[in-house]
Amino acid sequence: MESLSNRKKVLEQKPMSFGEKIYLPSIAKGLAITFKHIFKKRETIFYPEELRPMSENWRGLHSLKRDENGKERCTACGLCALACPAEAITMEAAERKKGEENLYREEKYAAVYEINMLRCIFCGLCEEACPKEAIYLDGPFLEADYLRKDFIFGKDKLVEEPLKP
Amino acid sequence: MELTFVIEKVVLVSVIFLITLGIAAYSTLAERKIAGYIQGRVGPHRAGPFGVFQPLADGGKMFFKEEIIPSQSNPFLFIAAPCLALLTASIGSAVIPWGQDVTIGDRVIQLQVANINVGILYIFGVVSLGVYGIMIAGWSSNNKYSLMGSVRAASQNISYEIAMGLSLIALLMVTQTLSLREIAEQQNGFWQNGWFSWNFFCQPIGFLIFLVCSFAECNRTPFDLPESENELVAGYHTEYSGFKLGAFLFSEYINMFVSSAVMSTLYFGGYNFPFMNDLGLSANIIAVLGVLFLFAKIFFFIFFFMWIRWTVPRFRYDQLMNLGWKVLIPLSIANIVVTGIWITVKDLL
Amino acid sequence: MNLFYFVAFLSIFFSLLVIFSKNPVYSVLYLIVTFFTFSIHYILLNAQFLAIVNFIVYMGAILVLFLYVLMLLNLNKESEPMKSNLLKVVGVIAGLCLLLTVAGSLKLLHASDPVLLKNPDIGLVRNLGKVLFKEFLLPFEVSSILLLSAMVGAVLLAKKDITKV
Repeated sequence: MESLSNRKKVLEQKPMSFGEKIYLPSIAKGLAITFKHIFKKRETIFYPEELRPMSENWRGLHSLKRDENGKERCTACGLCALACPAEAITMEAAERKKGEENLYREEKYAAVYEINMLRCIFCGLCEEACPKEAIYLDGPFLEADYLRKDFIFGKDKLVEEPLKP
Repeated sequence: MELTFVIEKVVLVSVIFLITLGIAAYSTLAERKIAGYIQGRVGPHRAGPFGVFQPLADGGKMFFKEEIIPSQSNPFLFIAAPCLALLTASIGSAVIPWGQDVTIGDRVIQLQVANINVGILYIFGVVSLGVYGIMIAGWSSNNKYSLMGSVRAASQNISYEIAMGLSLIALLMVTQTLSLREIAEQQNGFWQNGWFSWNFFCQPIGFLIFLVCSFAECNRTPFDLPESENELVAGYHTEYSGFKLGAFLFSEYINMFVSSAVMSTLYFGGYNFPFMNDLGLSANIIAVLGVLFLFAKIFFFIFFFMWIRWTVPRFRYDQLMNLGWKVLIPLSIANIVVTGIWITVKDLL
Repeated sequence: MNLFYFVAFLSIFFSLLVIFSKNPVYSVLYLIVTFFTFSIHYILLNAQFLAIVNFIVYMGAILVLFLYVLMLLNLNKESEPMKSNLLKVVGVIAGLCLLLTVAGSLKLLHASDPVLLKNPDIGLVRNLGKVLFKEFLLPFEVSSILLLSAMVGAVLLAKKDITKV
C-alpha cells in the first residue's frame, strides 16, 4: 500500500558477514560494555535508611493536623468521608467537655476516626474536601503487615504528635 | 605405605575439599555481587559487612526448607541423584597439580592428590559421569517436565563432551603427555625458547573450543538451558526443593571451580608465573607463590564465567546443537589437522 | 590378592543384580556399577589407560545412551508382554548352552591358567600406543574404518529422505 506519511522505511536484512557470523567480536564488545558498567555509579537507594526524594505533590499516608496551639483541627464534619470515592473513612463525632479546650479546637471533635488503608486509593479528595485543613496526605509509604485489621488506622496512628512545650 | 604419606594425602585431600566448598559457597555471593555491579546495583549487603555472611544465610535457608519427595517418585534414586551430582563435581579436583613440590626437612610433598599418568582422561571421565546425576534426577522425579529437562541437559552435555575431547587431543599432540603434572611442568615460566611457554599461545583455537565446551558442561549461560526456569519449566530439578536443590546448585559452582582449575592448568601455565626463575627465591617460596598464582588464575576464570553470564543471552536449543555439532566439532578436527601439520613441519626443520 | 577377590565378588554381585532386577532402569544402573568394578580390575592390572577408557566410553557414553532410551521407553509392568512358559524353558536351555560353550572353550585355551605379563607396564599409554601403532597398525586402522562406516550408516539412517542427499 502507498505510504501516506512518506516516513515508511523498508529495512533490508543483509546476510551476515563472516565477522558477524563467528559471533566473537560482538561478544567481546558486549563484555567491554558490561565491564564498563562495573565501575559506573550505583543506582541503589538503601531504602529504610535512605529515602528517595519525593515530588512535592506526593500523596502518602494521611495525618490529622493540629493547629498552632497543639489542638486537633478536625471537627468531625464528615465531608472527607463523603468525598472519599473508596469509602475508606469513617468517624464518630463527640462534644467537647469542659477542660478539654486545649485538646480540640472546636466544640465538636472526632472521637473515633478510622481510615481503612486497604481501601484508600490515595486520591487526595479528602484533603481537598476538608474545610478545616485538618487532613493532609503527607506521610510515608504504607508499610506491609500481616493482618487486615492492622490496616485500619485509628486516631493513634493518624493524629500528629502533640507540640513540644 | 608409610603413615606419614597417608597423613599427608589425607590432609591434602581435606584441605582441597574444604577450599573447594568454600570457593563454591562464596561463588554464589560473588555471582550476585557481580550481577549487581554489572547491572548498577550493589548485590547482597545486609548479612554482615558487604554481605559476607550471605552464603551462610543461604545455606541455613536451604537446610530449613521443607524437603518434598514426590509420592510417585523413586525415593532412593531421588535422593541419590543430587549426591551423585555433588560427588562427580568434587572428585575432579583430585588430579590437578596445585603447586610445585614443597620440601620440608627431608620430605618432598607433592601438592597433588593423585599423580596418575592419564590425568586428562580422568578429568574427561569424571565430566562424562556428571550426566548421570542429571539423568537420574530427571527420571526419578517421575515428572514429564523433569524427564524432558534431563534429556535436554544430557544431550547437551554429551554433544559438548565430544568437541571438548577433540580440542584436548590437539593439546595432547603438543604436550605429548596425558599427565597434568607434566603438562604443568612443561609450561615453566612464561617465555621459553623464543616463544611463550603457556599452552594458550600454541593452541588458541583449542582453548577457545575448550572454553565454550566447559561453559556448556557446567550448564552456565549462554548454555544454561537445563535450568531455564521461566521458559522451559526449569528442567531436571523441577521437583527438587530444599537442600537437595541446593546440592544441585552447589555442584554447578563446584564444577565451575574445577573446570577453571583445569583450564588454568592446561592452557595458562597452572602454578607457573612469569619470571619465576629469575627472582632468585627459594623453591618453597616459589611453590607457595605458584599456588597463589594458580588461584588468581582460577578466580579470573570464575569471574569470567559470571561476566559472560551477565553479558550473553541464552542460546535457543537448536542454536546450541548447531554450534556444538556443526561448528565446534569440525573446528576442533581442523585444529587437530593443523596442529599435526605444524608438528610435522617443525620436526622436519 | 584379597582386594582382587573383593572387587571380583562385587562385579559378580552387581552383574547378578543386573539380571535379576525387575526394573530395566535399575538394571542399567547396576550395569554402570558393574562397569565401574571392571575399571577397578583394570587398575589392579596396571592398565590405567584401559581403565579410564572403559570409564569414559562404557560408563560415560554407551550406558548413558542405554539409560536415555530406557527412560523414554517407559517400560511399566502393565505394558510388559506376558512371556509364555515355553519361552522361559527355551531361554534357560539357550543360556546353559552358552555357558557350556564358554566354559569348554576356556578350558581348551587354558585361559584360566595364571597369565604372566612379559612387560607389566604394557597397559600404560605410551607402551600401548607404541604397540598399537607398530605391531597392530593394520587391525587398528581397519577397526577405525569399521567404526567410521557405522557412523556413516547411522547418519544415513537418521536422514529422512535418502534420495534428496
